[in-house]
Amino acid sequence: MITVEHLTKCYGDFMAVSDLSFEIDEGHVYGFLGPNGAGKSTTMNIMTGCLSATEGHIRINGYDIFEEPEQAKKTIGYLPEQPPLYMNETPAEYLRFVGEAKGLKGEKLKRQIEEVASQTKIEHVMDRLISTLSKGYRQRVGIAQALLGNPKVIILDEPTVGLDPIQIIEIRDLIKQLGENHTVILSSHILSEVQAICEKVLIISKGKLVAFDRPENLEKLLLSSNGISFTAEASREETEEILNEVDRITKWDVETQEDMLTVVTIKTDSKDMRDICRQIFFAFANHKIAVLEMASKKANLEDVFIELTEGESGVGEE
Amino acid sequence: MMAVLKHELSGYFHSLTAYIFSAFLLAFVGIGALIYNIQSAVANFEYVLGYVCLGFVVIIPILTMRVIAEERKQKTDQLLYSLPIRTSQIVVGKYFALLAVYLVPLCIIALYPLIFAQFGEVYLPTSYGSLFAFFMMGAAMIAVGTFICSLTENQGVAAGITLPVILFNYYSVTLAEYVSATASGSAIAVIVIAVLLGFIIRYLTKNDNLAYGASIVIILAVLAVYFADSSKLEGLLPDIMKKLSLFERFYTFVNGVFDLTAIIYYITVIVFFLFLSVQSLEKRRYN
Repeated sequence: MITVEHLTKCYGDFMAVSDLSFEIDEGHVYGFLGPNGAGKSTTMNIMTGCLSATEGHIRINGYDIFEEPEQAKKTIGYLPEQPPLYMNETPAEYLRFVGEAKGLKGEKLKRQIEEVASQTKIEHVMDRLISTLSKGYRQRVGIAQALLGNPKVIILDEPTVGLDPIQIIEIRDLIKQLGENHTVILSSHILSEVQAICEKVLIISKGKLVAFDRPENLEKLLLSSNGISFTAEASREETEEILNEVDRITKWDVETQEDMLTVVTIKTDSKDMRDICRQIFFAFANHKIAVLEMASKKANLEDVFIELTEGESGVGEE
Repeated sequence: MMAVLKHELSGYFHSLTAYIFSAFLLAFVGIGALIYNIQSAVANFEYVLGYVCLGFVVIIPILTMRVIAEERKQKTDQLLYSLPIRTSQIVVGKYFALLAVYLVPLCIIALYPLIFAQFGEVYLPTSYGSLFAFFMMGAAMIAVGTFICSLTENQGVAAGITLPVILFNYYSVTLAEYVSATASGSAIAVIVIAVLLGFIIRYLTKNDNLAYGASIVIILAVLAVYFADSSKLEGLLPDIMKKLSLFERFYTFVNGVFDLTAIIYYITVIVFFLFLSVQSLEKRRYN
């Protein structure tokens, strides 16, 4: 569906995207993840023909975005970070313009506008000026615009930024729905969002692709940071003594709290967390020391993200 | 292109731009007609047009200041780039919309000679020839204004640059009489222009070699001509200033000559500046 090959983009001396290559298949929701200034918006702008690349190729549905921009753009609907809306128009006027520019006419145009308006639930604001609409509705009008012409690929740049929690949920549901019939690519720096709606995640950092996989696989990648934490009713020395008896763990952090409580965090790369938990439990039980609380902590996308993009300092988007 | 044209037109007529522009143009021509044709009872409507064309200094910036700058400011240029239309279609669509807005008051003005003809002898071919040239000259200036507007995202800056550019163009013939007509004077002026051109090219293309190359080639050429036969450079600068004047060519029409070369000159200016506008929009994609 979309092939990006060796994409490089320089702004003067600053390299926003460097040698980025990936491939996107049809009919999934893809998440584009990265800290601020990682090159997400730049990559999306290049994919949609809004920016040129310094080097590299992008093919969309077989059309090169630089060589055959018109055909390629017909298969893409794009919502930039800031919805590109004409404030002194109504959504109806605005959508008619975008539809006509996408080559729709007459009955077909009218039908499509009605369709996207009901999909994005903006029918009742169609005749109000866009400048009087709330941010959530503006975002929807922006999405409606991207949907016109029924493009195969829909690219949304941070679609939920600045919305209230209910609007965020609504937009997410809408994106999930879109994923049934379109290939959707959305960028975000909110991890839970990507985890909730994306089937595959691309993580980029400093303009480079650092990971591209399903969210759950990415978590597995970081099994080494799986951890167990528990609170024992013992002194520091006692706790350490007991821990030394458990053979499968070698490293731990101990923190003493008041009332003779000790909190221990263990990191392990073992896959069998349950077994380790059991061993610890019985080791303490043998010494007649109560373990008051025990929890195993699995790595989540957040950890993957931090680990992969560690040490980044955002230089500002674009 | 039709989509852009329709959209722009509805934008102009939904906002005040088209009305303010028409009001200014009609007021200028109306006052001119009142003074010349009615008060002084002169039958030549073309003199009115010759008289009011200074008004372009004010009305062209009003018309062109938001054409592209506004898109940038609202970030809607990203939408235009992502739509399946070519940049040239965007620019031409926008330009035709401006022309249409410009044509509306001109259609009303076109009735004046007919009205005057009811009350006396009016030589209509000169009147309408001049009106046509008036339209072409305005069209050329709108193209210049469109280009200037494409360079910035601030409407005020766009208007603030367009206004002095047109004013300078208006006075360039008068100024030409005061500038040095000697060979060395012209040579120095051309060299200064070449250096400025170099800076402009460098700003637009970010390509040092091209910018310096163009400047150096022009400077060397001028120096070569200067040392080979300095008499060729005499009067060059005033000549250039006169040739560049859009207004000077219009006065030929007012004097009753339908000058085809002037029409071709206006069309060349339009095409050239629209081309530059397209390049200026394209350039946004490259940085």
